[in-house]
Amino acid sequence: MFDSHTAFSILGMIVVGAPVVLFCVLGLWSLCSNRPMSERRIVHCVQAAIAAGLLASVSILALMLILGDRHVPIDLGEWVAIKQFHFVFKFEFDRLSVPFVILTFVLCGTISAFCSRYLHREPGFSRFFLFYSLFLLGMVVTSLAGTIETLFTGWEFVGLSSALLIAFYHERSAPVRNGLRVWCVYRVSDAALLVASVVLHHLKGMGDFDQIVQMGPWPLGETTLTGYQALFVGLLLLLAAAGKSAMVPFSGWLPRAMEGPTPSSAVFYGALSVHLGAFLLLRFSPILDRSLCLRVIIIVVGLATAAFGAFAGRVQTDIKCALSFASLTQVGLIVAEIGFGLRYIALIHVMGHACWRTLQFLRAPTLLHDYHLIENALGERPSQPTWFKSTTTPAPSRVWLYRIALERGHLDMMIDNWVVIPFVRVFQWCDAMERRWTDFLSGGKSRESDEVDASTGTLEEFL
Amino acid sequence: MSELHLPWLELAILFSLIGAIWVSRLKESDDARSKSVLFSGLALAATTGAWLDFDFLDAKEADDSLHLLPHLFGGEVLIIDELSAPLLPLAALLFFLVTLATSQTKVRRFTFAANLFSEALLLATFSCKEPWGIIGLMSLATIPPYLELRSRGKPTHVYIIHMALFVVLLVVGWTFVEIEGIGRIHSLYAVVPLLAAILVRSGIAPFHCWMTDLFEHATFGTALLFVTPIVGAYAAVRLVLPIAPDWMLHSIGLMSLFTAVYAAGMALVQREARRFFCYLFLSHSALVLVGLEIVTPMALTGALCVWLSVGMALGGFGLTLRALEARCGRLSLTRFHGLYEHTPGLAVCFLLTGLASVGFPGTVGYVGTELLVDGAVEAYPITGIAVVIAGALNGIALVKAYFTLFTGTRYASTVSLAILLRERFAVLLLAALIIVGGLYPQAGVVSRHRAAHVLLHERERLAPAPTAVEPHPHEAGDPAHDPHAHH
Repeated sequence: MFDSHTAFSILGMIVVGAPVVLFCVLGLWSLCSNRPMSERRIVHCVQAAIAAGLLASVSILALMLILGDRHVPIDLGEWVAIKQFHFVFKFEFDRLSVPFVILTFVLCGTISAFCSRYLHREPGFSRFFLFYSLFLLGMVVTSLAGTIETLFTGWEFVGLSSALLIAFYHERSAPVRNGLRVWCVYRVSDAALLVASVVLHHLKGMGDFDQIVQMGPWPLGETTLTGYQALFVGLLLLLAAAGKSAMVPFSGWLPRAMEGPTPSSAVFYGALSVHLGAFLLLRFSPILDRSLCLRVIIIVVGLATAAFGAFAGRVQTDIKCALSFASLTQVGLIVAEIGFGLRYIALIHVMGHACWRTLQFLRAPTLLHDYHLIENALGERPSQPTWFKSTTTPAPSRVWLYRIALERGHLDMMIDNWVVIPFVRVFQWCDAMERRWTDFLSGGKSRESDEVDASTGTLEEFL
Repeated sequence: MSELHLPWLELAILFSLIGAIWVSRLKESDDARSKSVLFSGLALAATTGAWLDFDFLDAKEADDSLHLLPHLFGGEVLIIDELSAPLLPLAALLFFLVTLATSQTKVRRFTFAANLFSEALLLATFSCKEPWGIIGLMSLATIPPYLELRSRGKPTHVYIIHMALFVVLLVVGWTFVEIEGIGRIHSLYAVVPLLAAILVRSGIAPFHCWMTDLFEHATFGTALLFVTPIVGAYAAVRLVLPIAPDWMLHSIGLMSLFTAVYAAGMALVQREARRFFCYLFLSHSALVLVGLEIVTPMALTGALCVWLSVGMALGGFGLTLRALEARCGRLSLTRFHGLYEHTPGLAVCFLLTGLASVGFPGTVGYVGTELLVDGAVEAYPITGIAVVIAGALNGIALVKAYFTLFTGTRYASTVSLAILLRERFAVLLLAALIIVGGLYPQAGVVSRHRAAHVLLHERERLAPAPTAVEPHPHEAGDPAHDPHAHH
């Protein structure tokens, strides 16, 4: 018999299945075929998948409103079930996930339509859409996740696709280096989320959101964790969110991520990916409520991020960087709102900001044209707002502040000097010690790899 | 003991041995390759048959039906059980794919006959449960790489010193175990040499330098096939796990944990692709040992899953690197090579196999890594986080290598470097296994869970004071809800 549960299940499967099918089609084609898929076919596949997913998610929303059902879990069963370990794939449609997944489909659909022209005849057209479909899948899975393992799956997909798309123009070294840097930060974020997942397993014996957060669907619900447990898990979640959303002290990667194609920058760092940290905190907001200390820390991090974004964004000379810092400011405010317990405000803020920033990013390539239009309409140049009044701020301070802002608060440099360089030096020292040891055992030079020529040699020479 | 319907194990070893003899008499390297492909393919078919047959029997262990070897040795020598059933086809698959994907530029250097002989030894090792049999076969298996190093005029000291140490320690340790009687209480004379032997063969720091040295001097194929089946872990499971006192297992576990992080860090600073691969592999094989030594059902299941996934994923990863080497020679990691546009197929395979090795979601390594992390954190709450750190570092290292090899300014080659048909077959086969194993992990996990229970039962059986053991392994797949089960 066809009841509401069956309808929800079918529609839910379409919402999740459409991006899965899209990614499989594009992925298998690139793996099996010598020739890339035609642009027209790729665009059709992407549009069909997004349209199907969007229609299904809007239908679910309509059904939920009609039936008055505010929480629809769709359990896909146990993916792995052994005695000590059950891995459940479960999706939840509620007041947090449904708006987020609809937003994802709308923005991804817009961006894909834009890209079909923006990247026309670009050599990496099919590669872009392959990574883009992985991103779409990651966003949908993360948004709808009903267990922390499901969320982690989508979280990883988003991270990988971000790094690969930042390095999209891979014939130049700068995008690649920046992609790798973003990937490094994401790995730290992923590690924090994985540890949080394991800790929740051990504290609660499960990773199901309904069990972690009991008594009511989002935004209601309470957790049975103690204050200290909530603080520990919450700090891990905050670390994961900070990495993903470029919060302080990880903010340095956000302007670097602008090396990717503008449409992907728009949807990743203006709209969806940059808000995933906030989404994570919203999803676990009952845990945050359990610890006042945790909430204070979240507010401080949020406000610090907002202040940093506003401060550094003032002096950016590149429109995409300026927009990325503007995004960061808003993300910081959203996180602070979550810390204050304003969950609906934060959700509305996320959605409004994502749409607005996407529009701004998409207009970024035509910025000068837009300025000319405004100037022609006004008949003069619009006046520039002044930030520091020269009468109140001494000149040396202004220069100092300007340099700090231009260097983005030296955050990248601090991470390099305090973490990356010592790490690399320690392991290079270990490598040198190993070389001495194997040289000693061999009674001579033990490493052929030292003779590998790092300079560019022609392939014909080798062959 | 149950019997397989055909003598699959004997056939697999026989195919490899006959192949080794036949191929050694061939002068033409192309002929040698085609015959090697044939015989390693037959061995793969036989091991797959053994696995399916064993699965069909639903027994704890089984032996071959014709009993040819018992007539020679006076007892059951070749046995397949829950642990070895999937390891046999995995090992045969690695040998088959490495042989198949050997390109024209490598075909003269690669020693096909010696590799078939190594395959026979490896399959015999994985089919053997007798301690002295395992010790003898593992000792013999160290010879072919040595002969290759010597025939190529490469330094052999590091390899000889470590392998000799391994063999001597293993023999001494097991001799004392036998003198003292098989049980769980042994003197340090028995325990310490065994512990050291396992550490040496598994490349646990500070005994890992032989492995980097092997990758430096041997052909990539030989080095790859010598290490990727993780035979050291097999020795640990068969010889050490049942009899080792807890402190010994904790020692191996902690040293392995340190090695996992150390090797992951070292992988990040390597300047050449083979060394990078070697450290990446060391980190993963150390993670397998971490899980094996925790001896809880969950960690052991995770370790056994990771063993298979790492063998498959890093086997494919190594094959991809080898295919790149066949095109460009030894690969420096200090500059961008821009190979993506030349070989997008290999780029996809590199990324896919690399991500599978670090347990990326949707790949074969995901669930195993989750189980391993859970088990490690449960056993060592703080230090278990090291497993997560090692995974994070490995993920960074592999994407860094991907960017270095496949991105950068494209060199306009006049020679086609596109993926060859047989390479594509190897890549697609591995990709299919990695993805299917990732999307449908239940069968594999249940099988490894049963193997873990069998190993734990074995250990419990030899314990001085019996403790409560878990229910029969066949209840493993029963999703009956345990109040403490992890969802």
